[in-house]
Amino acid sequence: MGEKLLMKGNEVIAEAAIRAGCRYYFGYPITPQTEIMHYIAKKFPSIGGTFIQAESEVAAINMVYGAAAAGARVMTSSSSPGISLKQEGLSYIAGAELPAVIVNIVRCGPGLGGILPSQGDYFQAVKGGGHGDYKMVVLAPSSIQELYELTVEAFNIADRYRIAVMIMGDGTLGQMMETVEFRDREEIEEADKSWAVTGTRMEREHNVITSIYIDPEVLEDLNNRLQAKYRIIEQREVRVETYNCDGADIIVSAFGTVARIVKNVIRMAEKEGIRVGLIRPITLWPFPTETFRKYAEVPAAFLSVELNAGQMVEDVRLAVNGKREVYFYGRTGGMIPTQKEILDKIREIYKNSR
Amino acid sequence: MFKKRINIFTGYFGSGKTEVSVNYALRMAEAGYKTAIADFDIVNPYFRTADVKDFLSDRGIWVVLPVYANTNVDVPALSGEVNALFQKKDYKVVLDVGGDDLGARAVSRYRNEIVQDDYELFFVINTKRPLTETADEICEVIASIENSARMKVTKLVNNTNLLSETHADIIREGFNIVREVSDRLNIPIAFTSGMRESLAGFRPEKGDILIMDKMIKLPWEE
Repeated sequence: MGEKLLMKGNEVIAEAAIRAGCRYYFGYPITPQTEIMHYIAKKFPSIGGTFIQAESEVAAINMVYGAAAAGARVMTSSSSPGISLKQEGLSYIAGAELPAVIVNIVRCGPGLGGILPSQGDYFQAVKGGGHGDYKMVVLAPSSIQELYELTVEAFNIADRYRIAVMIMGDGTLGQMMETVEFRDREEIEEADKSWAVTGTRMEREHNVITSIYIDPEVLEDLNNRLQAKYRIIEQREVRVETYNCDGADIIVSAFGTVARIVKNVIRMAEKEGIRVGLIRPITLWPFPTETFRKYAEVPAAFLSVELNAGQMVEDVRLAVNGKREVYFYGRTGGMIPTQKEILDKIREIYKNSR
Repeated sequence: MFKKRINIFTGYFGSGKTEVSVNYALRMAEAGYKTAIADFDIVNPYFRTADVKDFLSDRGIWVVLPVYANTNVDVPALSGEVNALFQKKDYKVVLDVGGDDLGARAVSRYRNEIVQDDYELFFVINTKRPLTETADEICEVIASIENSARMKVTKLVNNTNLLSETHADIIREGFNIVREVSDRLNIPIAFTSGMRESLAGFRPEKGDILIMDKMIKLPWEE
């Protein structure tokens, strides 16, 4: 491992992408993620990268489509309203089976909303914000170190499955500073990109990158192939952290930075004799359903804590499948649940379960 | 310490200007001076002086914030109240300026008022930040900030840290780089800042020490 530095989340995403071999970035500025493009704009000229501040988010995602079709490691980043604008492009990228990395540093919605932190884009990210039957791998880091490691991994996953991978963090993760230790060398997986459109040199048949299929049977074949690929990803790429779950009375689910608040609450609850565990999905899709099933018979109940009005809680309920109550606590508008608020909710659930 | 009336803190993005500014204001108030602090940050949306407004106000410090700080309005506008800081000469003033040349532009708006007053333009350095790890890189950032602020940096601050992982050797390593910048540009080192526990065992050969308490916190650091 190399030297330790103090970095902002947004800077780390940019640095990790560069280390992962990304040399193409297209985006449009929006708070609270603009430092990503700021950093890339500063660094790319000296390493031969191509940075374009596009005229809009729609243009940027289509530039991503183009660079990915040519076999490049490519990234775009935005925040919630900008990610909404990219949805059409994401659906096309899924249909054309292109590898790309998309960063969403989430702010409050709906609409123009506000610039403060939120997890309100969970549904959009994991249920497919664009049209059609498609999935993206969605990674939700909770620290700056993990943000670095998962950003590098996002490029590998994208290439491995020819799929779009989203790094999703709330505004806090993008704006906060923590220490990070970079590896001397990144593990960049070799990917077969013989499908890329880079010119035939009159030596092979044309490669075609498209998401339009005129013949319905052929389109169904594509969909079947995509679904088969998604089932493989569900088997191989689930990432989850469990903390204090064995012997817990209540299990809290939380992702991203919220999980860090919950870990403090777990220590506070322990002092009152309430044993609380944490399941932190690191991949929001594929969702760690098996982990929730394993602990589905926890004595009291589940509680999902989120920076939204209740989104991941639905996937927790599906996984727990009615075996226990799944409660929810969340704040919106940029408000972050305090340790005390979460502890009060845990006390209430614990009391009612006895 | 606390010699000048207007104390402007500039620096590279993320060098710790807000933490240093807030602690400088607190120490100045504790030393018995009438103290004001103004948040000049038009760059950062989160983690700013506004986070600790009540704490500072309770200690008698006059806090001037941008009208929309910490709200959902993404408009970097300074408050008209800033003008009063240049008229109430019985106050000592801290200006917490946003990072980089972009942030420094806000302070250039008040250049005429500042240069007529008794002022210090500090440049805060953390050599553990990317793009300010070497004397060469730091000199480059100083030049761009001076250009944007339309004023010269008059004092350097060594704020080298890795948050809670900081210890005296890291601070000393940063100090040596800051001293190189100081020699090269002929700008004196005002002080080295750090949290009490991380400063243990560090004695600077030049400048004072500012012992800080962590003021700008994350949601799980309550």
